[in-house]
Formats: sequence, C-alpha cells, structure tokens
Amino acid sequence: MPTVNLNRKEVENLVGKKLDLAKLKDRVSMLGTDLDDITDDEIIVEIFPNRPDMLSEQGFSRALSSFIGIKPGLRDYKVKKSNDKVIIENSVREVRPFTACAIVKNLKFDEENIKSIIQIQEKLHIGFGRNRRKAAIGIYPLEKIKFPVRFIALPPEEIKFIPLESLEEMNGKEILEKHPTGKEYAHLLNKNDKYPLFIDANKNILSMPPIINSETVGRITDETTEVFIECSGFDFNILNKCLNIIVTALADMNGEIYSLNLEYEKNTETTPNLTPEEMELNLDYVNKMLGLNLKESEIKELLERMGHEYRNKKVKIPAYRSDILHEIDLIEDIAIAYGYENFKEEIPNVSTIGEESYLTKFKRKIAEALIGLELIECSSFHLSNKTTLNEKMRTKNKLTMVESAVNADYDTLRNFLLPNLLEILSRNKRYEYPQNIFEMGTVFDENIKEHESLCIVKSEKDVNFTKIKQVLDVLMSSLDIPYEIEELSYPWFIEGRAGEIIVNNKKIGMLGELNPEVLINWNLEMPASVLELNINMLIEHNNA
Amino acid sequence: MPYVKKVKIKGKEYWYLFHTVREGNKYLKKSKYLGKELPKNIEEIKKEFLTGIREPSSKHSKLIESLTPLERKVLPLLSKHTKLSSLVKETGLKEIEVMRSLQWLSNKEIIKIKKITREVVKLDKNGELYLKKGLPEKRFLSALDKPRTMQEIMDIANLDKNELTVSLGILKRKNLIEIGKEIKKLKEDSSIRKKEEFLKSLPSPLKDLDWGIITELKSRKEIIKEDIEKEREVSLTSLGKELLKENLKINLLESLTPEMLREKSFAGKKFRRYDIKINVPRIYNGRRHFVNQAIDYARRVWTDLGFKEMSGPIINTSFWNFDALFQPQDHPARDLQDSIFLNEKGELPKFFKDKVKDMHELGYEKSKGWQYSWDEETAKKLVMRTHTTVLSALTLSELKKTDLPAKFFAIGKNFRNETVDWSHGFEFNQTEGIVIDPNANFRHLLGYLKEFFKKMGFPEIRFRPAYFPYTEISCEMDVYHPIHKKWIELGGAGIFRPEVVIPLLGEDIPVLAWGPGFDRIIMDYYKINDIRELYKNDLKVLREMKVWLK
Repeated sequence: MPTVNLNRKEVENLVGKKLDLAKLKDRVSMLGTDLDDITDDEIIVEIFPNRPDMLSEQGFSRALSSFIGIKPGLRDYKVKKSNDKVIIENSVREVRPFTACAIVKNLKFDEENIKSIIQIQEKLHIGFGRNRRKAAIGIYPLEKIKFPVRFIALPPEEIKFIPLESLEEMNGKEILEKHPTGKEYAHLLNKNDKYPLFIDANKNILSMPPIINSETVGRITDETTEVFIECSGFDFNILNKCLNIIVTALADMNGEIYSLNLEYEKNTETTPNLTPEEMELNLDYVNKMLGLNLKESEIKELLERMGHEYRNKKVKIPAYRSDILHEIDLIEDIAIAYGYENFKEEIPNVSTIGEESYLTKFKRKIAEALIGLELIECSSFHLSNKTTLNEKMRTKNKLTMVESAVNADYDTLRNFLLPNLLEILSRNKRYEYPQNIFEMGTVFDENIKEHESLCIVKSEKDVNFTKIKQVLDVLMSSLDIPYEIEELSYPWFIEGRAGEIIVNNKKIGMLGELNPEVLINWNLEMPASVLELNINMLIEHNNA
Repeated sequence: MPYVKKVKIKGKEYWYLFHTVREGNKYLKKSKYLGKELPKNIEEIKKEFLTGIREPSSKHSKLIESLTPLERKVLPLLSKHTKLSSLVKETGLKEIEVMRSLQWLSNKEIIKIKKITREVVKLDKNGELYLKKGLPEKRFLSALDKPRTMQEIMDIANLDKNELTVSLGILKRKNLIEIGKEIKKLKEDSSIRKKEEFLKSLPSPLKDLDWGIITELKSRKEIIKEDIEKEREVSLTSLGKELLKENLKINLLESLTPEMLREKSFAGKKFRRYDIKINVPRIYNGRRHFVNQAIDYARRVWTDLGFKEMSGPIINTSFWNFDALFQPQDHPARDLQDSIFLNEKGELPKFFKDKVKDMHELGYEKSKGWQYSWDEETAKKLVMRTHTTVLSALTLSELKKTDLPAKFFAIGKNFRNETVDWSHGFEFNQTEGIVIDPNANFRHLLGYLKEFFKKMGFPEIRFRPAYFPYTEISCEMDVYHPIHKKWIELGGAGIFRPEVVIPLLGEDIPVLAWGPGFDRIIMDYYKINDIRELYKNDLKVLREMKVWLK
C-alpha cells in the first residue's frame, strides 16, 4: 500500500476548514485510509489500493471534505473540447497498445504543486500502474509540443533523444542500459523489437514510455501553465481511470481540462471522459447487508458524503473512482459514511455446533502422552535448507526448493522433522541435560504431498535404543495401536540399532540411535535416540 | 534423671520410662512405653529418651535442631580454626563438604565468611625436592667429614653439576670451606637450618617471611615461587558464639527410611529441622510449546462459539489461494517477491475453473468483474498459502446448501517471502473464520470478532475501513492494550464479495470472513518483543515460560 506525505496546509485549504488534530486523526482513519502520522506540516497516510484517487492533496481533500460534510455530493468537472489529436499507430500494438490523453491549461505551478504532481504520478505508477507495467503517465509542457502527437513504436537504435537527468543524447537501447531509470524499468521493454514513443508534429520525441521523458520537451517547470498528459498501457479502461485521477487533481488546482481526440486505427476516442457512471442500488439489499434500517433520504445523504449522487434508486459515481464494480462497493461507501464506530456489534442467535478437527484432537492426545514423559514440545519452521536436511544427515534425498526465496537458510521444504530438532539441540547445548524434545508438524514429501509428522529426540548421557523404544511403547499403548519393528539401516542411525515402525503391515515411521557422524555434523556432544512417524497414518489406522 | 517404673493396667504389668521436665513455669511428666519386659539395653533407651525429650533450654533450640550433621561437626571447631584448609584437616571431611556446611552456617547467620586474597610464597619443584633430600649446600657440607675432591663430594652428596656450582658459590662466599686440591670444611653453617625451616613453613603469606632468605632462595632455580592465594576466613557471629555454649551433640533423625517405618524406630525422636526457605534445584516438566498453548485456547474459544475447524494443505494452487478469492492475476501479492511460490504446477478443479475465470473476466449481471484476460497457467502455479483464507475458499467449495447456516474456523501458519527481523517473519499465524448465513450482516461480523477478542483478553475493539480484494464491506480491527494504552492492529475482516461467493457456492449468500494475525496477541501475552523469539526454541524459555492461563 502506498504511503503518501500530504501537505497539511494545502489539504486544509482545499477542505476549506481547519480541523483540530484529534478530530482530523479520527476522521482520516475512519474515511478508509490508514493514518501513519500527522505532523505540523504533513499528513502521512497509507492509501488503500482501491482508492488511487486519494493519492494527491487534491483527491484526498476532495474525499475528506465530502466525508465531513463540507462539500458533499458529486463534483462537476467540465471538459472543454480541443480540436487537437493524438494518432496511435499500429506499430505500438505489440508493445503498448493504448493511450488516453488530455490537455490541462490555466495552471500555476509552484514548487509545492510540482512536488504534488510528481507524487501522484509516482504513486500511481507503483500501485495502480503496477510499477508502470499496467499504466505509465507522462506530463509535458504544452508550449513545446506541436499537434498532432503520434504514438508509435520504432527499433531502439532509431530512437534518439536526451532523456531526463541526462546531458547527452542516447538511443533507446542505451537508455535501458545506461540511464538509471532506464535500467530500473528495462525489463518492461527489452524483450521487444520496437520501443514505443510519443513524438510531435515537429518530430521532437516527447518520451519513451513507460521509461522516461525527454529532457528538452518533457520537463515541467514553475513557468509551465499548460500541460499535455498521456497515460499508456494495455487496458484502455484502466488508462482512462488513471487519466481521470490526474486531470481531476489538476482541475482542483484550478486547471481547465481539454479533451483530445485519439485516432486509433479503427476508431476514434475522445478523452478524458468525466461523465459519471450510473449504478442501480437496491435499498433493501443495503439495509440487509449492513444490518441497519436506513431510510432512502439517509442513504442519499451517506452516498453524498462519499462524493456520489443519488436519485431515484440510481447512483452516479464520480469518474475518478475505479473501485466500484458492484452494488456492494457502494454499500461499503455507505457504511464508511455511516461510520464504522456507529455500528452496534451483534451476535446473532444462530445455533451451530462447534467441533475441532480430528487431527487436532489426535495431536493433542499425542502431546499429552509425551508431556507425561517430561518431553518438551518445540515448533520449527516449515522451510529449511539443503545442508540441514541432506548434508548434515548424510543423505541425498530429493528436495523441493521454493522460488526466489529471500532467505537462503529457508529455501527448501522440510521433508522430515528430525533435522530441525537436531538443529534445536545444537543451539541449546549450554543447558542442562537430559534434553528430551518433540515436534508435530507438516512435512512435504518429494511429490510435495503433505502429512503431519511426529518426531521425538531424547538426548542425555545414557540414552540408547531402549529408551526411545520405551517412549514408542507408551505412545502406542495409549493410542491402542499394536506395532512391530523391523530392522532397517538409515544413513543417520547406527547400523543394527535402528528400524522401521510397522503398523498393520504399513511402514509408518522409524526409530534408532543417532549415528555419531551425524551428531558430530551437528556439533553435538551427547548421544541421542530418535523416533519419527507419520501421524496421518496412525489416524487412518485408528479410523479403519 | 529418667526412672523406670512398672505400671499395672487392667491387671497386667507394663514397663514405662518417666522423666519430668520444666517448661517455663510448668512441670511436665514425659513417659515412654517399654514393653511387658524390661528391655536389656535400658541404659541406651534412657539416653535416647532424654535427648528426645530434652528441650534445649535456650531460645536457639530450633536453630540447633536445624543444623545438619556436617554443620554440627564443623561448628565446634570454629572457635579455634578460621581457615578452610585447617577445617578440612581437622574434620577429615572433603573440602566441598566443609564449604557447603560453612555456606549453610553463614545462611543461618551463625558465621561470617570473608574471602581474602593474599600473596603467598610456595615451594617450587626443587624446593619440594630439597625439603625431602636436604639443600645441596647442606649435603655438600655433610659430605666433608674430611677434605675431599669435587668428584667425591658429588658422589657422596648426590649433587648434579649445577647444584655443585651453586653450593660452592654459597659456601665460599660465607667462608665455610677452603678450596685447594681438595675441599676442606672450615666451620658448620647455622643459616642452613633457618633456610630449611623456612621451606618447611611454606606456603606462607609473603609479608610474614624473612626477606633475606626469600631473596636468596628466589635467586636459585625453582626452589620457591610467589603466588596469589584465595582463602576463606571464617568468623563466628555473636549468634555463633552463643551457640557454641549450647549442647550441639543432640541426636536428630535425618531422612525417614522405609526401615524406620517398619521398625517404628522414629518413635520418641526428633527430625532435624530443615531450612524450608532455601532454594531448591530446578526441575522441569514436559510442556507444550507456548505458541501451541495459545492456539489451543483460541481453538476452544471458536468451538465454544459454535465454529467447526477447517483444515487443509499448506501448499495450494494459486487458483485456490488467489483466483478463487477474486484476486486479480496482476495483484502485487502475487509477485515472486511477496509470496513463496514453487516451480511446480497443480491441477485446477474442473467444476470451478470456468466459473472463476468468467467472474474475473466478465463479472456477472451485477458486477463488472476485473475485465482482463484470465490466464489458466498462472492459476496453476503452486504457492505456500499466503493466508488461511485459502481454507475458507476450499470449505465454501465443498459446502452444500443444506448445511447452512454454518460457521468454520482455522488457526494456522501462512507464508510470505520476507526477510526475518524483529517484527517480521516469513511464517506467521492467522486465525481464520467464516460464517455462511443467509441472514448474516456487517453487524454480526463485528459481533463475532468482538466476542472472540474479548475472550482473548482484549475487551475493547475498534473497526476501521480497509481494503481487501475479496471482501466488501471490509474492515481492519484494532484491540486496545489496557496496559500500554494503545491500539494494536490485528488485521482484516469483511464480507466476501459476491464475486467470490457465487462461483464457489452457486449463489450470493453473505459470508462473513476474517483472518487477523495471531502472533501479536501471543507475543503480548508472553511479553515477547521480537517475533523471532516465537520459534527460537530456546530450551530455557520452553522449560520456564509461564503457561497460557486464560
């Protein structure tokens, strides 16, 4: 979730009222943003991904002022017609097929405004634009551009311009290889033969989206008063929303919005389109879902407090909102306006019978038996590593690694619990012996099948096979499961002092005295006897 | 003195032992039954009887009765001996036993133990040897019963070359010998005896010794060495001095043995009093891991509220973990750097696959859906569950309409691809719940959660708006920490979107759902600040951590 730092004074100006700190904190939290902090200068707030329209001071203040009842209802944003056009050529179809564009005039940029525009752009890129993959935004000083602007794709070698923050001209390839921003986003383009470009009627390159603007034509300064805005990406609807969010923010800085005609190969679109969407609302459904008894007039008022307009069971939704997919989304807006703090919690009189899973109950019985033997339960991670699972255990089992693990020590699914318990013992050598421990947990076999495993390790001076077999005896007799032991060798046990545990002719586990080589691998100075068995197979036996 | 008397009871005669004692102003008659015959060892019995009943007259009687046999052995010696070493010698006990009894005596404030360090002079290798064999110069001189050659002297006095040279030097310097062809003794040396006595007195504190001798012997090879010695010096407190005047030789019983029970030999005797306040060595019981204790409690709370436990796999297809929950395929949580994926694919459920696909791409008559092209291969990718909500999705898919209303819960581990630090782990616990009830509403959601957290020890809860792709109305819940006086963020809840419910359940029925984190509550209860402590498996912590007492 993106965190934005909003200029507090600017927000207060836009809201049109200065709120005291406690009230402001409360209202911001209850509006549906996660407040981090409010300082003298800033409101630091996390904006949820469903409300990208609130990433700017303008959008945030717009929502807040409606919410606290100062400016409720739908805002009217006028779009004037310009006769300028943007031509989208076929060549972009493979790389970045769509764009939505607009012009905004009558702006007065100062340092604050520019910062705020850059912030919306950046935050939209990260979340809504999925790191520029889904949507990327470019803003350019209008006076340097001659229409019609073309959206085209060219081989990277043929693209030459001076990118922002650079002194020299580079070609498309060089930008991806050398320019810091180019390197960061290179993966979005470098698999393509052609890279997309906005280029004006004077053949000046505006930008190479979604990477970077041109230094000469694509830099906003405090002298800029009119801007050309484009959003490019793969989904026209999304780009429209993105554009709407930007232009309405600029309009709230007193900008005047002008539309552009987009000439696609087969059709022409005019953007931005700020016509509110309409959705029907079933008032009974509202009250049923919320557990309230709201009258139509109340619902109308609550919707207006979220910036909507209500008339006759129909809701007009502002064009910068991208998150209203279903009636239920409007109901949530009603709930927010009503105030979550005003809902009275209720436990309904619905009778159902509670029950734990059989596995839970069974594991508890095992734990009780083992605790009676003074064993201590441990709990380790499901992820481990090859050294722990194979090398230290003197074995070469097939292991399953996870993808792109950030922790190299935890990049492999554990296939049995014993290595983890030995690691625990190796970290606890300074404490008193006997150290008798156990764990129950999920392990993953080489086919990534899961089962619950039980592992017990007894470590003390005189421990031997008898002592672990005694534990097995206690456990199996309390569970009333007869078993047999068959001799078998394991790399981690002493030959002739280990075997498999057999229940109903099925192998369900193993037990034995730990091989001294393994003990040494774990840096252990005390002998240990071990058993590990499959809990699910015990349950199957008991249920059969 | 006790006296023996025959007593007639119902015509029969029995022997008794009697003794009168004074307790304060009263006189009490004590008696002991001896049998029908007068025992042969009557004198012994009399003695025991006396020690058994004699109330040590002083106010220290309880204290004396609490002295262990070791203490009673050591204490009388303390008026003369103040050093550990000499106490060991005197008592014939092991050093550790003397130390222990001194510690006990000191615990009872009978003595004070002072640890002192001082410089001492000790015998070195040759010093020990010479103490047995005599100093070389002494041996040299005593070989000179008449003038002799060097070789003769070496043989008779058993001197090596070095010892010979040293002896020659010393004796010559003091003019005790004359060296010619043969060596002649001029006079006896009185200083040799002094030196030998000096050696015998070692080890001794440096400050008590003759500097002249030290200087000479130190210049010679490995006769003496200086060392730092730690010694314990014991002194009696005023209480100790008083005790020494008392009779410490009382006969007390130590352990009660099966023999004593059989023979009733404890009768009439006293047991030594214990210091019941003394610390005892720690023993450990078997225990469940403290996290599992907490989880077990939470399970009971859910079952008490009528919830059935869900269980299911940790590794699932992305389909169940994300797609079935209406999480679009380009959602950031589905990035490699956020979730732990496996380089393997799983099967998609035929019955649900297209329903979910349609919902993502087109929605349904009341929803716009996400309007993108849904990719089956992305959905097949296996992932370690990122939330227990996957269990809710699986449960919904198996639910029949006749089962409704129904409530389910799960408490389980989830995984995210995150580096580990004090506040983050790649494994975390969540407590999941769903209520499938045609009449359920948002207030019920808040009601269930409030009740659960009240039972977890947090009666105050607040709900704030939040966003999750699979719930709408969504909320975030915080509980109020009554001691730290601040809100603890626990995680999310909401009502499943119709886009989630319809493909899985076949129709739009409200499903209340939540999955707040559980680890922070566990950490708070056990006063753990670092999340890594939860799974560190430090045996001391596992052995000594308080149990979950809710």
